[in-house]
Amino acid sequence: MTEVSQISEFGKILIFLITGIIMVCVIFFFNRLLAPDNPNYEKLTSYECGEEPTGNAWLPFNSRFYVIALIFLLFDVEMVFVFPWATVFGNHELIAKDARWGWFSLAEMFIFLGILILGLVYAWVKGDLEWIKAKPTVPTTDVNIPASFYEKLNLEQSKFTVKAFSMGNEPVAEPVAAQTPTELPPVRKPMFKPTFKKPANE
Amino acid sequence: MSSDITSEDGGVVITKMNDLLNWARLSSLWPLSFGIACCAIEMMGSMASTYDLDRFGVFPRPSARQADVIIIAGTVTFKMAERIKRLYEQMPEPKYVISMGSCSNCGGPYWQHGYHVVKGVDRVIPVDVYVQGCPPRPEALIGAILELQKKIEGEHLIKA
Repeated sequence: MTEVSQISEFGKILIFLITGIIMVCVIFFFNRLLAPDNPNYEKLTSYECGEEPTGNAWLPFNSRFYVIALIFLLFDVEMVFVFPWATVFGNHELIAKDARWGWFSLAEMFIFLGILILGLVYAWVKGDLEWIKAKPTVPTTDVNIPASFYEKLNLEQSKFTVKAFSMGNEPVAEPVAAQTPTELPPVRKPMFKPTFKKPANE
Repeated sequence: MSSDITSEDGGVVITKMNDLLNWARLSSLWPLSFGIACCAIEMMGSMASTYDLDRFGVFPRPSARQADVIIIAGTVTFKMAERIKRLYEQMPEPKYVISMGSCSNCGGPYWQHGYHVVKGVDRVIPVDVYVQGCPPRPEALIGAILELQKKIEGEHLIKA
């Protein structure tokens, strides 16, 4: 293999891209060919977890979520560094070679975390984590009933008398004999009587 | 198409197009992440590590657009039936329904006095496999998946 390759490194990437595009097109073509196509109104509506979609999907979003997302990203990236560090930190061979290795790597990670926490403290002190809190005002009305009146009422209402339990037969309330209703004039129910016209009469 | 046709020293596997499609579909039955009542807890249990439904290619999807099968796990109220119908309609075809538990099979404990419960989800959407139990054990749901796979195996997606 002494002759120089006709394809440059960029050419290989070009072939890779072309193959990728063709593969995607072929797969979509077969999907089109094989997949059943039964669209209906429900299928074409937007998916809202089974609910009827209402309103516009374009909503104004509070821009302060951006700051929270940015700070989250900081600690998300931190985890990316901590996981590979943890595997090296627990390496028995390295610890066996030099006992100071464990302390060194532990201190190093704490310095790294400390820098990141410093960033969080900075954001905190600057007030970026402050959220506008609702200030609820208790509605007051101008009435003449004093608060002690309600206390007195509640005290009176809270007194209960408990009936003593007994196994004996309780006197059953006599069934009230159905009174024979005094003769009332029969109420005429409103009713609708349809009248039909026979076509023969016309 | 069985799985024991793998040749040890390479070779060619010949199959029918229909069998290949069915094999592909039954090996990746993606259910909709949809649970209504206590049966859904058993469904979650069977998808978790102990019973591991993932080994059958069962992998819950968050959208009805990507789902092949909807597992009706729980009591279907009339309010929910409307949503179930819409979710079922929004799934791409071919789609399957597993009715899990007594409630969705026939109304279950609410079959007589439950004013709010649909007496069987099959009154709303067509059901392929019923799982008995209140709630069914994860093994029963796995059995239902296997039954559904058998059903798919005999289907003909390509009309002759």
